[in-house]
Amino acid sequence: MDWLLIIVMLPLLAAVAVGFVPGRQRRVIRGITVGASGLSLLCALIAFLSFEIDGELKFETKVLWVESLGLYFHLAADGINIGIILMGAIVAFAAACCADDITHRVKEFHILLNVMIGGILGAFASMDLFFFYFFHELALVPTFIMIGVWGRGANRNYATYKITLYLSLGALLALIGLIGVYVQTGEESFSIPDLIDKVGKKPINEAAQQWIFPLLMFGFGILVSLWPFHTWAPLGYGAAPTATAMLHAGVLKKFGLYGIIRVAIPMAPIGAQSWLGVLAWLALANLLYCGLVAVRQKDLNLLIGNSSVAHMGFIFLGIASLNVIGLTGAVLVMIAHGLLAALAFGLSGHLYRQTGSLDMSRMGGLLRQMPLAGSALLMALFAGCGLPGFANFAGEITIFFAAWSAGLKTITVIAAWSALVIGSLYMMRAIRSILHGPLGGDWTKASDLSPLVATALGLLLAALLVFGFAPGLLTKGIEGEVTKIVRLAKPEAER
Amino acid sequence: MGDQLEFIQLEVMVVALGLLVLLADLFLSESARRSLGYLAAGSLGLVFLLSFRGGYTSLVDGEAFGGIYRLDGLALFFKRFFLLTAIFVLVFAVDFASRLRSGVSEYLAFILFALSGMMFAGSANDFSLLFVAIELITVTFYILVSFQRHRMQSLEAGVKYLILGAVSSAFLVYGIALVFGEAGSLKFDAIRDAHARLLQNKVFLFGMLFVFAGLAFKISAFPFQIWAPDVYQGAPTPTTTFLAVGSKAAGFVLLIRLFGSVVPELTEQWTGMLIVVAALTILYGNLCALPQRNLKRLLAYSGIANAGYLLMGIVAQSDNGTAAILYYLVGYLFTLVAAFMIINLVTREGEGEDISCLAGLNKRSPFLAVALTLCAVSLAGIPPLAGFFGKFLLVKSVAAEAFGNTGYFALLAVAVFGVVVSIYYYFGIIRTIYWSKDTLDNSPVAIAWPTRMVLGLCVAAILYLGILPDKPINWANAATKIETK
Repeated sequence: MDWLLIIVMLPLLAAVAVGFVPGRQRRVIRGITVGASGLSLLCALIAFLSFEIDGELKFETKVLWVESLGLYFHLAADGINIGIILMGAIVAFAAACCADDITHRVKEFHILLNVMIGGILGAFASMDLFFFYFFHELALVPTFIMIGVWGRGANRNYATYKITLYLSLGALLALIGLIGVYVQTGEESFSIPDLIDKVGKKPINEAAQQWIFPLLMFGFGILVSLWPFHTWAPLGYGAAPTATAMLHAGVLKKFGLYGIIRVAIPMAPIGAQSWLGVLAWLALANLLYCGLVAVRQKDLNLLIGNSSVAHMGFIFLGIASLNVIGLTGAVLVMIAHGLLAALAFGLSGHLYRQTGSLDMSRMGGLLRQMPLAGSALLMALFAGCGLPGFANFAGEITIFFAAWSAGLKTITVIAAWSALVIGSLYMMRAIRSILHGPLGGDWTKASDLSPLVATALGLLLAALLVFGFAPGLLTKGIEGEVTKIVRLAKPEAER
Repeated sequence: MGDQLEFIQLEVMVVALGLLVLLADLFLSESARRSLGYLAAGSLGLVFLLSFRGGYTSLVDGEAFGGIYRLDGLALFFKRFFLLTAIFVLVFAVDFASRLRSGVSEYLAFILFALSGMMFAGSANDFSLLFVAIELITVTFYILVSFQRHRMQSLEAGVKYLILGAVSSAFLVYGIALVFGEAGSLKFDAIRDAHARLLQNKVFLFGMLFVFAGLAFKISAFPFQIWAPDVYQGAPTPTTTFLAVGSKAAGFVLLIRLFGSVVPELTEQWTGMLIVVAALTILYGNLCALPQRNLKRLLAYSGIANAGYLLMGIVAQSDNGTAAILYYLVGYLFTLVAAFMIINLVTREGEGEDISCLAGLNKRSPFLAVALTLCAVSLAGIPPLAGFFGKFLLVKSVAAEAFGNTGYFALLAVAVFGVVVSIYYYFGIIRTIYWSKDTLDNSPVAIAWPTRMVLGLCVAAILYLGILPDKPINWANAATKIETK
């Protein structure tokens, strides 16, 4: 079965379908959107469970698109992206469920939401550089519009411009890097497996690698909020509507990391070796600097936004270690953090709906007031500290081992310290001021999660726990693929 | 002689059509003259179809009039391009007729005469024909620009275009004279044969530099871009469209032919200069567009920036670069025609084209709002639209050559910077359409059916070029392959 094609096309078809529904039929629009993303989640689950790990591409769809450029519409799954697609589908479903807080221009919002979901899933399913980029942009443009039109807060316009310009810059730098890969391999093909095959036999000219890799690293890095290009993220997420923040912080952002692992390292391994040291230090800056910034936040959304930027440091560090366990851990954290960020933004969106403010100093005692949302938030914040049992822990600990064994000892020590101490500091403080203590003044009328949203967020939490207790479900597939990449990047090393 | 005329049959038809329009003016009533534009557009559509006739396409790769007129894939491509542009502009002109107040038929006729000049430019294989074609275009545009005689701005634009246009013509003719003096011939073929010897010749180089300056004026490349904003803003909007698309494309077809196939070694020698010109054009256009509030002026600066992007295709000096220029120009044609038409529809006579006139457009006419959004997004180079794929091809053609010349990297960096800057101001347009609070009026916009058709076609083409680029790329490649053989 072409599961991936179904998974990607369902939301896009839903976008078209919503286009034909009159704007007043709110329930129909919601039904189509939730239904489509639910179905595509179901397909993703089936695909994930029926996925056999044997190093081959699965569920392939390949259609010739532009003959003269060697451009194919090529969807396929391997050990790395099957897990990310499942995570993306879960987050997409949750985001669709949480989108009922949109009150004006519901139809337009849901069209954009469906396009964004389709673009996200397509980007991770694509095995062709062009469509990889194309789907990413397809998801990115709705993000800008959604923040601009349905965003919240006084900073909305500024945030829209900032996120648009930063992410466009990142995407363009990456595009030039990708074009560089395309022209330098000399292969008239955009197919990622073909290109990897080709550079495995005849690597790209060394001097060319030295500029292709930084272009990709910084281009993709900006998309993932690599320090010092991270300032768009907390601001943008603070201003974004709930569903948009969930999807972007959860899944779309991971595109850059996925690009570094999938394209940048295998295509330009020599460039990678001279630049990954820089990446490791920048990763540390992400962890330390953004962690410290998060400590100072009074607004829940800014706290989650900054902590999400800080968490990207783990993944960058895993990538910078450039060994099998490091990259495996990086992919694992990508998936875990995707679920976590979606959960956190979903909950903060619910809180925002109650009083129109996320000022933590005015909250308090919400665990009693809203037991479901409260306990979910409690668990989300604990997962954010890296508590064992959640998938984040499994990934983060792996990354520390990897970085240590890769010889990044100083960085590992500082990173472990900053992650554990600073992370716990702000997460615990948030728990204390939001969930415990006397009830905040404005919150006496606050209501708990609706059944639909509770199901959606419960699903995210369940996935976090399942992958936390059984990371092997993901890592088996990831390891096989990652080993190939590491072998390409470091042919002399054993692992 | 008869078989020579066969080569220029399309041009002859266009000129004859122009004369017929002028004649018909004498016999038609005021109201009937209105539909004259549609009639002319329809006839041009017929000419466009005739260009696909086997009897005509079999002439491809032939030469006429002692080799000064060449009909090859490139020429044919651009002739069709110009015909399409003119059809749209004629439909547009009918919409605009009431604002012209008088002389509508003459306006239509001049569009047709300028069109014939562009079509000749596409085939110019000799400096004399190049100059005559350019002058035919420029002189008719002097008139087209200042056609709204009751508007001070239009007259001012006309005078500015006249003075600066005359200067550029002087550059051109002076350059041609120097080239002729050294090469001993005006024929491109003769210069191509002799140009290994001529490359050592300073006077020849000087002449070519002047010719380049003259053509750079047509495409509004830095430092010959000064006229563009004032003229674009002051001219009647159909003229602006024709100037932005047709006249620019005419400059490019000549640049491609001259610098791509006649003196390629010279182009290689001048790579550094071309990179600087392209980079500065991109920077100037994009940075100056930032503070603009007048939509036509904004599009003028964005037009300068786009000239810079297109120059990247010349800088690449490859078939891929040329094909990318052709692809980009076609996308640009549809985008700009749609954008100017919509701007014209939403503004009323006497008022400027301030960006605030777009406020609330999504309520006044959702179709126009969506169409203009697509135009802005396409111009900003965001997938999946025509502008993205065009820029993609241009960047690819430069990146393919980039290794070994750091200048190319600088150019790519500038291009990326320019695109990011341009996203800012194109986004401003979209923002005003959808979420500006200061809506002036909410009256629905009335759109005549031919205009609606053209707009629909443009939107479809923008999407088609962006999503299914396979066939158009093959057309562009085919047009390039023949030309350089």
